[in-house]
Amino acid sequence: MPFGDRALKVELGNIISPEVNARVHALHEAITHAQFSGVCECVPTYCSLLMTYDPAKASYEELVTKVNHLEETSKAHVPKRKMHKAVLPVVYGGDFGPDLAQVSRFHNLKEGDVVRMHSQQEYLVYMIGFIAGFPYLGKLPEEIATPRLETPRLRVPEGSVGIAENQTGIYPRQAPGGWQIIGRAPIKLFDSLWQPPALLQPGDFVRFRPISAEEFWQIRASASERRYDPFVAE
Amino acid sequence: MKLFRVATPGFFTTVQDLGRFGFLKFGVPISGAMDEFSLQLANMLVSNDHGDACLEMTLIGPELEALHDVQIAVAGDISLQINGQDSDTWQTINLMTGDIVSFGKVRTGCRAYLAVRGGIDVPIVLGSRSTHVRGEIGGMQGRQLKAGDYVEGFDAVQPIDHCLILPREFIPSFSRETEVGVVLGPQLESFTEKGLKTFLFNPYALTVEADRMGYRLEGPSIEYSERIDTISDAILPGSVQVPANGKPIVTMQDAQTTGGYPKIAVVVSADLHVLGQAKPNDKICFHETALSTAHRKLLDYKKEVGIIESKLYRRF
Repeated sequence: MPFGDRALKVELGNIISPEVNARVHALHEAITHAQFSGVCECVPTYCSLLMTYDPAKASYEELVTKVNHLEETSKAHVPKRKMHKAVLPVVYGGDFGPDLAQVSRFHNLKEGDVVRMHSQQEYLVYMIGFIAGFPYLGKLPEEIATPRLETPRLRVPEGSVGIAENQTGIYPRQAPGGWQIIGRAPIKLFDSLWQPPALLQPGDFVRFRPISAEEFWQIRASASERRYDPFVAE
Repeated sequence: MKLFRVATPGFFTTVQDLGRFGFLKFGVPISGAMDEFSLQLANMLVSNDHGDACLEMTLIGPELEALHDVQIAVAGDISLQINGQDSDTWQTINLMTGDIVSFGKVRTGCRAYLAVRGGIDVPIVLGSRSTHVRGEIGGMQGRQLKAGDYVEGFDAVQPIDHCLILPREFIPSFSRETEVGVVLGPQLESFTEKGLKTFLFNPYALTVEADRMGYRLEGPSIEYSERIDTISDAILPGSVQVPANGKPIVTMQDAQTTGGYPKIAVVVSADLHVLGQAKPNDKICFHETALSTAHRKLLDYKKEVGIIESKLYRRF
């Protein structure tokens, strides 16, 4: 369907699920590969893909036909995509994760249980949005899914790992925010001088590795000089 | 090469070009001039490429001291003095070392553009010189101008040997009541027929919560068909989002790239620059535009930019 006069939106479902989201990323990949003339860029989100185009170079109807065709054929062989798996170090609780206690109380769990459940799950990067490089990760185990803060914070520090409902995410820079902050990662997720500028891409997979405060500062000191490589060799 | 020293920065002055494309999927907004039409006119008047980087001035402009002989042009309805003498906008101005360029208030509209011959030199970040202040990306170290800054230009730029003047009939007029076209959707089903009529047949006023990221509008509440929680999807500049209170928010150039409010419509590209000149209390009427009409308008708009360039007066 049209999204204004220079984009079209392809809906692939209406629920947040890894399956629907995988189809979004598969279609994104297929469109990138097909290199249709007049297509500018794609924005994959939970269950839809936005594709911008130049109306002087491509017609809306023509693009809809092409994308529908791609969707049909890409369904047949999903997804041959190379899996990118990242492991991100996180200090949980204390000053690094001021809401860990509250999240634990909310679910009647020990802090250690919340940390264990949060760090044992593998998450899919559903999309990147909100602020540059902010990954929306899911799905969080139901046992630790927690509503947002009633009053958002004016300043959430860079690297903060938060929970909102059944999602988790990481703040790439200091920003206002209402997510329950349970920990903090010592690494940079976004730098406009990098190519590509974000550490994680939509469709990547992420796990968290609990670390100590000492390790936090060690990694932070070394990661300030070069890009931290969290990707696990296959 | 340092062209200007910034004596006072104005209300909110940033470096902008036509925007940063290709990084939406990483959460990087498009940014770029709020009124890209005026930015292109300013560039034309010093014979630049249409998309060269300019200063975008908001409500009150800066005071600048020229450190070189330089040619500039100003697009917008803003008071301008050179060494204390009133000067005209919409034409090439030859400055000499030591000249003081002082801008006052914007009279009509909200923004004005200062182009320098050859363009403003700041590093290209992710393909653009535009400033995204909230993300500290691009422009002058990712921020607005401040006193003591230097505005840089390129070395070895050939001055033009004549003045270019925009004929009066092409000078845009900025009204406090504007009408913009919208293509309906993509979440039209979230609203009732009555809600859609409310949106299309009532003026909406800009509140003071209006900046490069977006405008919160005041006006009759738009009725939802049912409170469905929309799953976050992508946003582009010009998206008309309707939060639970029914008062629309139009996203602008620095809008975040994803969001969860249902979107009733998207402003047509050819009208977005008009919206970029709106200021608090200005009234906006939205009218439904068919996709094919929006596309024709966009092509006409691009053609018009070319026509204007061929019709500039030259004075030797």
